[in-house]
Amino acid sequence: MAEQISTPAWMNEPGKSDSLSMSAGRSRRESAVQKTIMGMSEAIRESVFSERIAARPGLLQETDPRIKTIGLLGLLIATSFLHTWYIVLAIYGLTLMMAFASRISLGFFIKRVWLFVPIFAGIIALPSLFNIFRPGDPLLTIWEFGGELTLGPWSLGTSLAVTHQGLKGAVLLILRVATSVSLAVLWALTTHWADLLKALRVFLVPRIFVLVLSMTYRYIFLILGLAADMFTARTSRMVGSSSPREDRRFVASSMATLLGKSHVLSEDVYSAMISRGYTGEPVILHRFRTVAGDWLWLVAVILLGVAALGSDRLIG
Amino acid sequence: MHIPDGYLSPQTAGGMWALVIPAWYWAGHRVKSTLSSRQAPLVAIGAAFTFVIMMFNIPLPGGTTGHAVGGTIITIIIGPWAAVIAISVAIVIQAVFFGDGGILAIGANCFNIGFILPITGYFTYKLLARGAAPKSPRRWVAAGIGAWVGLNAAAFLTSVEFGLQGELFNAADGSALYSPYGLATAIPAMMIPHLLIVGAIEAVMTSMIYVFLMKTNASLLENYAGVKAAAAGGFKLKPLIVGILLLLVCTPLGLLATGTAWGEWGTKDISREIGYVPEGMASLAGRWQGLLPDYAFPESEEVAAAGMGGASGEESGGSLVAEENAAESRDPVSFDGMRESTPAYVVSGILGLILVTGVALMAMRMLTGRSRGKEHLG
Repeated sequence: MAEQISTPAWMNEPGKSDSLSMSAGRSRRESAVQKTIMGMSEAIRESVFSERIAARPGLLQETDPRIKTIGLLGLLIATSFLHTWYIVLAIYGLTLMMAFASRISLGFFIKRVWLFVPIFAGIIALPSLFNIFRPGDPLLTIWEFGGELTLGPWSLGTSLAVTHQGLKGAVLLILRVATSVSLAVLWALTTHWADLLKALRVFLVPRIFVLVLSMTYRYIFLILGLAADMFTARTSRMVGSSSPREDRRFVASSMATLLGKSHVLSEDVYSAMISRGYTGEPVILHRFRTVAGDWLWLVAVILLGVAALGSDRLIG
Repeated sequence: MHIPDGYLSPQTAGGMWALVIPAWYWAGHRVKSTLSSRQAPLVAIGAAFTFVIMMFNIPLPGGTTGHAVGGTIITIIIGPWAAVIAISVAIVIQAVFFGDGGILAIGANCFNIGFILPITGYFTYKLLARGAAPKSPRRWVAAGIGAWVGLNAAAFLTSVEFGLQGELFNAADGSALYSPYGLATAIPAMMIPHLLIVGAIEAVMTSMIYVFLMKTNASLLENYAGVKAAAAGGFKLKPLIVGILLLLVCTPLGLLATGTAWGEWGTKDISREIGYVPEGMASLAGRWQGLLPDYAFPESEEVAAAGMGGASGEESGGSLVAEENAAESRDPVSFDGMRESTPAYVVSGILGLILVTGVALMAMRMLTGRSRGKEHLG
């Protein structure tokens, strides 16, 4: 009578049952499904975290959102006009000071910016250091070809060298990207998202866009939740691993299903809005009030921006 | 493809804002007229969906993963204009809250990914799927090709924007101020992977989503057609009437115009200009007489001709269409002749407007009447 229980052969095979173990994602390449779930929870975690920073008392948190938006955007524009790398570096120093005054951990702030910058700016800037991609005065010759080297129709010149101009351009690019990202991160970290969107009204953004933006931001989390549930449900029903082909089909069908669900959701939200008396003209509450400190901050930022641009023009 | 801040010169970034703002304005106007108060939730949730599917990792052969934009499939479902706004909103939120793409570069990113991608993708799909049966494979193939075209059009524009920096914005010593590569490097560097890999992912995913929807949720694919039909059903007469009245008020302005409208020469003008009348033209002239030749009553024709210069009776084949304004030839205005000819000219204008409006209304009825049956909004 005793029932014969045997383990299927594939379960004993190493590798096949990896996805059963909790640490599977780290030891082998993560499946696309797991990667997506991780990415989604990371996005949610990050925005909750930044709301927490926005709630702390600090210099930028206490500045009126509209004034802050104008000031930081002004600095961003000034940064984009600068041509001298050390003046850009000075603006970067200024963002560090503002982060410190806003009680953002500098380690966190620097890491957040510099984790991103090498990936995007670094990889793009790297080839431009060499004379093959951009001509310039050699600073450090790496390889003498001993005669002109040609590759099909392209001539690579007589040597491979890092150029003076290439280095200068790359440093400027990386600093500019880092400073711009720092300013954007400061803005987003120190402002509650609802205030941030309302502050856009200063720039004459139509009310309907502010409404759509804030609805989008809210529904992103709902739809992220829906998607993460679909992915988790699938993973929880899986034994063993699936082929990339199967995964692709799953990702496509879950996108399609999500599209259908989102559409139904938008109809529901619309009926709910209509039932509450929405006529197509959104109403947005303003509770912003500026104090002397806000204006002082703005004047200081504008003076610094103008000083940076002025000295850049004098030097350049 | 999201351009971060620091790569584009402020001149380029500003130029892209100048391009994208009218695009947004136009899209917003179109969305408002087709969706009215429904626009806010549909666009917002469309944007949230776009944001979320850009986060989906797609397994690629070889063990790596990639991302899709999903711009074309969302456009097929909510329509091109709502999609322009929805994708743009998703890009703004990515830039502001998640650091994906720059703030100053929002103009460029929204123009490339939020405008060019859905518009080229959608119209390629429309062109290729025209007349295909609802279950025809041509539809999902068209969706895939549309996605490929849209993505590559956006990538091409991005590479040109990058390349212009290397071409135009360099310091005196030759070092780059912004993105360091010229067009000759930027375009192949961006386009080769997009044409071969990224575009292929987008195309395959779009086709797969399309096939899945065909099988499980076919009504969703017809959503935009339904919305458009409903909007056409709710056609508003007021703007048309205002426009027509405005044209009527402006009609006498045509009398002030001098010279002949280009290409509307009568045989007399032709012989004056080139010295002779081509044989074929001479044989055809006068085959057709307008209702009010030269926009004048027949009995006052001589007066009108005297007042308005050398317009000829033979040329007015086009007079029913060219009604509202300066379609006629006349030398510097003589006010005596003008007083005589004004009533006839205005009557011509009114007649022409009535005819043109009637023809347009009939054509519209014929075009929209077919889909009148399904006035659902999805």
